[in-house]
Amino acid sequence: MLVSTKWLNKYVNINGINPADLAERITRSGIEVDSIIDRSLGMTNVVVGHVVECVKHPEADKLNICQVDVGEETTQIICGAPNVAQGQKVIVARPGAVLPGNFKIKKAKLRGEESNGMICSLQELGIEGKLVPKAYAEGIYVLPEDAVPGENALPLLGLDDTVLEFDLTPNRSDALSMLGVAYEVSAILSQGIALPEIDYPTATEKAEDLLKLRVDATVDNPMYVAKVVKNIKVAESPLWLQNALMASGVRPHNNVVDITNYVLMEYGQPLHAFDYDRLETGEIVVRHAEEGEVMTTLDDVERKLNSHNLVITNGKEPVALAGVMGGANSEVHDGTTTVVIESAYFAPSSVRRTSKEVGLRSDASTRFEKGVDPNRVQEAAERAAQLMAELAGGEVLAGSVIFDELDKTAERITISPDYINSRLGMKISMDEMLTILDRLRIPTQAINGQLVIDAPTRRQDLKIKEDIIEEIARMHGYDEIPKTLPVSESTPGGLTPYQAKRRIVRQFLEGAGLYQAVTYSLTSKAQAQAFALETAPVTELLMPMSEDRSVLRQSLVPHLLEAATYNVARRIDSVALYETGSVFLGEEEDGLPCEVEHVSAVLTGKWVDHAWQAETKKVDFYVVKGIVEGMMDLLGLLEGLSFEKAVIDGMHPGRTAAVLLNGERIGMIGQIHPTEQKKRDLKETYVMELNLERILSVETDELLYVPVPRFPSISRDIALVVASETSAGMLETIIRNAGGKLLKDVKLFDLYEGDKVEEGKKSLAFSMTYFDPERTLTDEEVVKAHEKVLKALTEEAGAQLRG
Amino acid sequence: MEQQLQQLKEEALTKIQEASTVKELNDVRVAYLGKKGPITDLLKGMGKLPAEERPKMGALVNVIREAVTESLEAKMIKLEEEAINAQLEKEAIDVTLPGRPAPTGNHHPLTRVVEEIEDFFISMGYEIAEGPEVEKDYYNFEALNLPKGHPARDMQDSFYISEEILLRTHTSPVQARTMEAKGGSAIKIICPGKVYRRDNDDATHSHQFTQIEGLVVGEDIRMSDLKGTLDLFAKKMFGAEREIRLRPSFFPFTEPSVEMDISCFKCGGDGCNVCKKTGWIEILGAGMVHPNVLKMAGYDPAVVTGFAFGMGPERIAMLKYGVEDIRHFYTNDVRFISQFHRTEA
Ligand SMILES: [Zn+2]
Repeated sequence: MLVSTKWLNKYVNINGINPADLAERITRSGIEVDSIIDRSLGMTNVVVGHVVECVKHPEADKLNICQVDVGEETTQIICGAPNVAQGQKVIVARPGAVLPGNFKIKKAKLRGEESNGMICSLQELGIEGKLVPKAYAEGIYVLPEDAVPGENALPLLGLDDTVLEFDLTPNRSDALSMLGVAYEVSAILSQGIALPEIDYPTATEKAEDLLKLRVDATVDNPMYVAKVVKNIKVAESPLWLQNALMASGVRPHNNVVDITNYVLMEYGQPLHAFDYDRLETGEIVVRHAEEGEVMTTLDDVERKLNSHNLVITNGKEPVALAGVMGGANSEVHDGTTTVVIESAYFAPSSVRRTSKEVGLRSDASTRFEKGVDPNRVQEAAERAAQLMAELAGGEVLAGSVIFDELDKTAERITISPDYINSRLGMKISMDEMLTILDRLRIPTQAINGQLVIDAPTRRQDLKIKEDIIEEIARMHGYDEIPKTLPVSESTPGGLTPYQAKRRIVRQFLEGAGLYQAVTYSLTSKAQAQAFALETAPVTELLMPMSEDRSVLRQSLVPHLLEAATYNVARRIDSVALYETGSVFLGEEEDGLPCEVEHVSAVLTGKWVDHAWQAETKKVDFYVVKGIVEGMMDLLGLLEGLSFEKAVIDGMHPGRTAAVLLNGERIGMIGQIHPTEQKKRDLKETYVMELNLERILSVETDELLYVPVPRFPSISRDIALVVASETSAGMLETIIRNAGGKLLKDVKLFDLYEGDKVEEGKKSLAFSMTYFDPERTLTDEEVVKAHEKVLKALTEEAGAQLRG
Repeated sequence: MEQQLQQLKEEALTKIQEASTVKELNDVRVAYLGKKGPITDLLKGMGKLPAEERPKMGALVNVIREAVTESLEAKMIKLEEEAINAQLEKEAIDVTLPGRPAPTGNHHPLTRVVEEIEDFFISMGYEIAEGPEVEKDYYNFEALNLPKGHPARDMQDSFYISEEILLRTHTSPVQARTMEAKGGSAIKIICPGKVYRRDNDDATHSHQFTQIEGLVVGEDIRMSDLKGTLDLFAKKMFGAEREIRLRPSFFPFTEPSVEMDISCFKCGGDGCNVCKKTGWIEILGAGMVHPNVLKMAGYDPAVVTGFAFGMGPERIAMLKYGVEDIRHFYTNDVRFISQFHRTEA
């Protein structure tokens, strides 16, 4: 909403108030002023000129040599506008003038002819082209004949004005009108308000003699007022009216259309003007369209209608799409003499639906959508009739043609000052509350210590007690509210165990060297299930914005891989990223997908990068495995953790493992399949994905201290030769099972596959630690336990002792 | 003989001074104090002396031996020190060579902001509540006083899965769910999480972003409690000198509704680019929980009241760290994320 302070000043005296101060006060009390626009844009030396003579430039076809009376002298100006003509009153920028865009006007010579200034178009004065009346859109602007040469042209054009641009919240549709703004500003300033006085002569002939009205769709159109004005002379509007419209962002057309737009801006009540004669039938019937019915709207577009679209008809065919746009067939034109003014209440939902369907949002439809003031429907029609009488020579027929079933009663709200104060945490007196409500012109009575309020219908946002609390608070000033803290019973607050453990997981992964990533949940159909630990029916959007963001992910890996590719493409060769986030699996009974939190990581490039000491290590499977083990250890879940070779789509078949917790599959780690790597422009890249929710939901035992050993432990090393395919994990299991309770630890410390062992074999070396917390072990005992281990290895794994 | 002894002492002391290595010094020791050395010889020769001279000469020999021994030891310490120093010099390294990098990684800046906010409110007795990102229309809109047909819940602005299910457009449904679950008892929660809106991604819009909201429900919760809470929060998050101001606003689920500005932390209120010359920066929206919302969750709004507030970690991170484009948060460029490593203040 654009609010011209010059226009506003007609209703509330804001003379002497700096527009910036006014804007600040309006913002602080409820309506955000987005910007303050000085329409003069710093222009000077722009005056009225009278074109005394205008002849073609001898050297240039498109230029005219004009002698222009600018008050103090008559001077020569060269003008290239096609519409310049002798006798016109025009806008002249004198030498020394500065126009918007820091355009300085100087004396000049054009093809040998002197030019002392410039005859201006409105665009050159900073008015948007789409607001300039069509007649002057391609040339200079022509002022009314009574303009006085030499006078400052800026006030004449209403450019000595400041416009406030409001950013209205949806509840404040009352401020979609100059009068609504006037009410607000008068309350803020504790000023009086001057409402338009409506008084005009009427003909003896009655409107209802010429026009019949029938409303068939009474729910969508509970009130319809029509007035008839005869003997209209369609012409250009007076300058003040055109100025007011342009300041409000509306393009002037002719006096009839301009008046309806002016009243729309003034009252917030959209009006429509029909050419009575072009209606042909002398009748208006409001009904729903027939399915498939066709009409051509003002913009010359033929539209096919649905049965829920409300239309205004002449009894035969539609002449307007109610509240949205008029029809081409009944439009007011230069030769119109009799006008029907329509002022109606159209149901917000109906207008919203239709305007959306046809893709037309106008100043009118936005106001109908919010609901116009039921008590101003009639008044707005009268206001338009008055202006048509005053400005278009019209003769207003007596009375109106009315259909009215609209509820216009005010909402009654009863509230006690104590209630208001207890909700605000303040002590505002009842007297002050009454003063505030009076400033807002909200009719209020004090009855038995209660405020009994009849909320005016222009303020559709006032419905319940809390709305009144807001009115009191915002006018009293939010700065006055004290700062207190809730005094409810104190609560310990804090993180749930799940949340606390999630933070620990993040800290661990970051400590290990991974950066946290955040990627998108929406992905493409092709990527939705890639690398997923488990798949379920994919959750799809009804109306995606693009295929790339059309479904919800079932794995975090694809987007992390994208992030890796992004970084690698920018020459960051080593990438280690992790993410915690939800995947979306299928559909549960309540219709929502099953959302499960996962943790995932991607690693590529160097893991240790310390080249000058010859210590550089590439990321490999065991780096990722170590991270998973470390994380699970931190969560007390190492004991139940195991890895087993797995084949997963998109993963390297020999370098991928399923991660199991107590035998249950909770994740995977491994290298991306080389084909997949190549497709994504990646070198050797490893990923992991774990079901974080599953991991963090395990309740672990309390942590209890185990006594520090008082007796020494004894270590024994063994080197084994086994078949190449024998896994280290299997050997370790055999060792642990055979070692009995004295065996406390097993560690692989060497692995060799090469020339020094037989083909098809490999050599492994384990270090075993034997220990009894109660006493020092004897050699004999250790030897006995150790021999059992060796025997088991030989028997169960065919291992040969080496060295 | 006395003269002979004095000469021997001078000779030994000179040799000791001349010795430049531990070995040379040991040779001197053996030469003078050893079993075959002159002093031992002299002592052996004592028997030939007259009995009355023996004690005197014996004492003299001992004095000389002690003098030589003392000198030897002093010299030995000195030589050993020199040897160690020489060794240490050989072991010297270039301390300007780069160190072995310790593993580094850090929070995403949004997590950093969210955890800072969480921690403040946890210290105030709040709990963290979370909820599904795919929500029922009921919790996302209806329970929040946004009935069907309300203009603010345009299909065009939300990602719907079906007519009744959508990606949540704010974290407020967690509040609705919590209120419903609490069955009428008091609440103090913070709800962080991802939310989704149908926006084209550009410098200021992202179809996925984060929100963090707070909700306090109980008997006699007042608007002044909201103001006091937000004031403490602003000071904690943006500096002790921050002032706040509330401006009237509108949200369907609160009444009255306000926006909170803080005095600009860049210029202190004088006006700069960050605050667009106003001295104030808009940080969050808040308000008193709308009675319809309370009612729908089973509370009696005549007895129980509440306040709620919500903000965007992206916006806060952009303001705090001077990030100019929201897309940085979702590109996962390591050169961006790794900047949020160190402590502040
Ligand atoms: Zn600033």
